[in-house]
Amino acid sequence: MNWLRSIGLSGTVLALFAAITSVAIGWTFLGTKDQIELEVRRAEARQLLEIFPVGTHDNEIVDDTFDVQAETPLLGLREVRQGYRVRQGDSVVGVILPATARDGYSGDIRALVGIRKDGSIAGVRVVSHRETPGLGDKVDLRKSNWILGFNHRSLENPAMDRWNVVKDGGVFDQFTGATVTPRAVILATRRALEYATLHSATLFEQEADSA
Amino acid sequence: MSSTSYRQLTLNGLWKNNPALVQLLGLCPLLAVTASTVNALGLAAATLFVLVVSNTSVSLIRLVVSDTIRLPVFVMIIAAAVTVTELLMQAYSYELYQILGIFLPLITTNCIILGRADAFARKNALPAALYDGFIMGIGFGAVLVLLGAIRELLGTGALLADMQLLFGPGAEAWRWQVFSVDYPFLVAILPPGAFLVTGCLIALKNQIDTSLEQRAKAKADAPVAGSKRVRVTGTVS
Repeated sequence: MNWLRSIGLSGTVLALFAAITSVAIGWTFLGTKDQIELEVRRAEARQLLEIFPVGTHDNEIVDDTFDVQAETPLLGLREVRQGYRVRQGDSVVGVILPATARDGYSGDIRALVGIRKDGSIAGVRVVSHRETPGLGDKVDLRKSNWILGFNHRSLENPAMDRWNVVKDGGVFDQFTGATVTPRAVILATRRALEYATLHSATLFEQEADSA
Repeated sequence: MSSTSYRQLTLNGLWKNNPALVQLLGLCPLLAVTASTVNALGLAAATLFVLVVSNTSVSLIRLVVSDTIRLPVFVMIIAAAVTVTELLMQAYSYELYQILGIFLPLITTNCIILGRADAFARKNALPAALYDGFIMGIGFGAVLVLLGAIRELLGTGALLADMQLLFGPGAEAWRWQVFSVDYPFLVAILPPGAFLVTGCLIALKNQIDTSLEQRAKAKADAPVAGSKRVRVTGTVS
């Protein structure tokens, strides 16, 4: 039964290599696990700290999370995403809300909108997008400072109907060759502000009491 | 192995049998991630590492593994090497890991790696196999980086942008704005630009090869000085 022996031998060698490679992967996984967790958290925290810089709060924003359900009106999320509370002492001084613009030029634009308790914007950051490189991707802070134009804006500044690109009678610049992308981000930011106003009780005050 | 065959390996990997320009292997990552130099460099480094590890291991086990099961074993080794690379990159270069995204695990399916394992590493001793993996990786990486640089330059007018993703905060200053663009040359950054630039590179390589060949031929045909007798006096009736 020569063929039987040959099958057995091949099977054993295969199993041996499966075991060796699994051990190699497992060993690397265990060795890098902590570092990877640290990096993921650090990347997240870095983004949050850009919106509420050190000095404006005294909690670890990255640990102070709450879930925002998918399909929440005004925020446009397609899946559950995290929001963050920003605290100074006993009171909540701001929140960072997740927002998704579904009307981008090429797929969803996911953003984080930082809102202070007084209803003004602390900062907006686009987290992920697939807009045209060189045109629409100027909503990304790495490409352009455009997104900083939201800082200190609120629902009264400018008035509701001027929350749009200049082309549509608003106050925010569009980009040369790209109007759809900035418009989507502007409107998503405005809706996040509306959401924060509607839910300010749960977002800011109530949590502060329980804290 | 003698030094001539190492020279041969070097010449093959970098030019004559370049994985990207001649074998045309691994085009998927080649075209997808070369929109900027930093992305290209990141993927080039990852591919080089996997290629060296897989060639080395395949050469080491070449006498143990029978022909019938060699391919599954090679694939297992390559997949393990890629997974290890991915974990390491996630741990020590997280931002680049995010940028490369799906193309990092996809190195497994890069035909260069299985190709070199099967065509070279399993028939050669460790030093040669290791060197072949290294030089093929360099050849592939060089084309990746060149492509990335050309597309970045055409598309944004700058070179070496965002190098801090790979080399730490100090590298931010490496960015070099060669010329300023009001309207970026979009085609260069978008996927069609990858095809166009790759095509031009291949054409350029072929052109160089042809002219080298012609020159060699012309040299061979040229009469060697002093080997012929030439009549210098008298008249021919």
